[in-house]
Amino acid sequence: MEIVRSHRQIAAAAAGGGGGDGGGRAGGLPTYRLAPQLEVRLEEFELFAIDRLGVLKGIADGLSRGKRPEEMEKLVNELWKARMRRQDPAETLNKDIISHFVLRLVYCRTEELRKWFLSMETTLFRYRFRLESHESQRMLMSEFQLPYKALPHLEFEAVKDKLSQVARSIGQSATVESVFFKVPFEEVPDLVASRRVFLSKGYAYVAMSQVVSLVVTQFRCNISKALVLTNRKWMATIKEEEKDRLTPIVEALSNAYFGPDYSQPKDAVEISLKDIDQLARTSFPLCMRHMLEKLRENHHLKHGGRMQFGLFLKGAGLKLEDALAFWRAEFSQKVGSERFDKEYAYSIRHNYGKEGKRTDYTPYSCQKIISATPGVGDHHGCPYRHFGEENLRAALNKMGVSGHPLEEIMDKVKNRHYQVLNLTVLASIGNLLNFDHLNHLKYEIHS
Amino acid sequence: MEIDGQHQQEATTAVPHGFNADYLRIYYGKLFPHGDFFKWLSYGNDGKHPGCDQSFVGRREFSFTLENDIYLRFQSFDSVAEMENSIKEKCPFKIDIGPPAKRHAYAQSGNNVFVPVERELIFDIDISDYDDVRYCCSGADVCKDCWPLMTIAIKILDASLRDDFGFNHILWAYSGRRGVHCWVCDSRARKLNNEQRAAIADYFRVYKGGENTMKKVSLTGPVLHPFLARSYTDVLKCFFEDKLLLSQQLFASEERYRKILDLIPDENIASELHDKWQGNRRSSISKEDVNATRWEQLKTTLQSGKQKAQGLRRCVEEIVFSYTYPRLDMEVSKHMNHLLKAPFCIHPKTGRVCVPIDPNNCDDFDPTTVPTLSQLLGELNADGLHSNSENGK
Repeated sequence: MEIVRSHRQIAAAAAGGGGGDGGGRAGGLPTYRLAPQLEVRLEEFELFAIDRLGVLKGIADGLSRGKRPEEMEKLVNELWKARMRRQDPAETLNKDIISHFVLRLVYCRTEELRKWFLSMETTLFRYRFRLESHESQRMLMSEFQLPYKALPHLEFEAVKDKLSQVARSIGQSATVESVFFKVPFEEVPDLVASRRVFLSKGYAYVAMSQVVSLVVTQFRCNISKALVLTNRKWMATIKEEEKDRLTPIVEALSNAYFGPDYSQPKDAVEISLKDIDQLARTSFPLCMRHMLEKLRENHHLKHGGRMQFGLFLKGAGLKLEDALAFWRAEFSQKVGSERFDKEYAYSIRHNYGKEGKRTDYTPYSCQKIISATPGVGDHHGCPYRHFGEENLRAALNKMGVSGHPLEEIMDKVKNRHYQVLNLTVLASIGNLLNFDHLNHLKYEIHS
Repeated sequence: MEIDGQHQQEATTAVPHGFNADYLRIYYGKLFPHGDFFKWLSYGNDGKHPGCDQSFVGRREFSFTLENDIYLRFQSFDSVAEMENSIKEKCPFKIDIGPPAKRHAYAQSGNNVFVPVERELIFDIDISDYDDVRYCCSGADVCKDCWPLMTIAIKILDASLRDDFGFNHILWAYSGRRGVHCWVCDSRARKLNNEQRAAIADYFRVYKGGENTMKKVSLTGPVLHPFLARSYTDVLKCFFEDKLLLSQQLFASEERYRKILDLIPDENIASELHDKWQGNRRSSISKEDVNATRWEQLKTTLQSGKQKAQGLRRCVEEIVFSYTYPRLDMEVSKHMNHLLKAPFCIHPKTGRVCVPIDPNNCDDFDPTTVPTLSQLLGELNADGLHSNSENGK
């Protein structure tokens, strides 16, 4: 009884507002606007949260593997069914709402946690929205203050060609979606800015799928604000009040998991995502280390770098799925995951022989790398050839090369003997023992 | 006798070219259209009917740049008389128009919290932004060969502002030297917030120049958005092929055609064409033919059925867009509080009046024939003498 009461108080406090219903409709998709006045047992407090966490974890995994939207939709449906759905829809809704609010407590406490939670919950919401009926979707749109009316048939027919043209111009299929909305252009600035809508006489013709984006943006905004408020309440009162009961559970839950899951079975001739950073330190040649560093720094690499480094990783045994996850994790921080999927994923698959003429490309030889001519903003090519003396010294120092071996290398560079240098470098930092690594990292070394 | 007299008159009425406070005084005294100007910016609030917001006109900010670069901000006027007197008295070398703000621009309370309430949607296009694609002039210069770039910018933007965005009250003005300004005055436009203005500017943006990017126009996707497609087929394609190729001699020298070849993402095709044209250097084809011929060759090569590669699909359009599509100053359009030079000012460096341009006849606009301050004063003199002589003096 006491527990139940406490939870209600906490939930209410956590929502930064009063009671009221959970902001959901029976059988519909809740928007989590207000904390529910519900009873819940302490075990359920934890269990519900763990189940939801499993769903969010599954989503994180799917995203990092670069799953396409249709695949994600399927994944979300399966995850939800497996972990959240109950016989009685009212019970499902119950669990849904409670687990969400509990996880808010868990994930409100640092910037990183908030970011992750926000991202996963938004994705979950996005795909659940897509799975809802048209009727349900329209109700949700109203709730998010997007009371758009669907385009009447005659008007639709009149502009169908243009709508198709817009769809094709942004890389979608020519078959036009069947539901469109006509809204004043002021309401959809993002779509106008990126020319993703047809405009006529001050109105934008917005597709249902684009409306989803608008809804999701609103959802995200609401949850983001709520998380900040929740954090304040947590720090101000809840944490202390609940230090003997709920606080340890909350803290344990957040340690259980966060972040993308790169776990992969280790194989003799394969490397996995987890290995990359470590291998970079011990066994990568300078050019690859440099590109990895720049990639991590800028969340981007230009074409030359993507080819040289990408094929290297492939040769080292990085699987396609992991490669996609790896590049995606970096690039999506700069250009967003949609753009990554559209503009970069294709060539990664191409490199692995999964697109176009299906050539299984081999990594570049040293000769090829040395002869490359990197331009402004490029980081590929051979650093022994292209780095200025100061930069090269600094880079080698960072690797742990100094003293006599360093001078030897600088000497060779002056005389343009670029080959063999990597072996020398690795030998000098005592990593020649990792020759196996070198082998399976498969870069050719001219002797 | 009369004829001789007239010659004498012309000799004495001509005014030496120049730009100074004395000239301006006469201009502001006799020619500047104070009434219409003020009426425009009042948007009907200077009337008497109950819907008028009496405080509206007084909340509009102006800035004056005086002789010796003295800059006066937060000028505002409650009536046309007040504005006219201030201009005549101060003789500003430049007048900028800002937005009407929440508080009176002269708010004495100390918190100069200056929040724009509404603001025309404005665009500023400057031909010096096209320096990398015009060979006839550079920097502040403009001539009949490169000015057409401004003309097509007007055509494309005007059409889109009307057809796509539904705006109607659009004023285009010559900036006095090397560009054009656009004022969209519909009340719907004035109420746009910064995010919406930025969205419109981005909708219009195609050219993304940067030092590191070789290729500044990237048209991805199997087809163009209807706005771009329409711009291309209605305006850009024929302008490029019929006018610009020739007036700028885009293929006439290796340095010039190299720039175009650099925009082709396929190195093989680019070098193939390069070698072909290098070989033709000493041919007897007249200059005219060279540009058109080479362009045709390039098009044929890129558009032939063999080219399946994604990057090449829109290459021809990308080249045309690179050379002709309007390049806006994004910052001017994005912010409500950006000040912009007023129409009917005189440009200090050229002496030319910032005259309005009719978008329906913009092909006929020639910046080199825009009246200058001294010309106008000369005409005033002649007029005065003429009427004097009529009166029997």
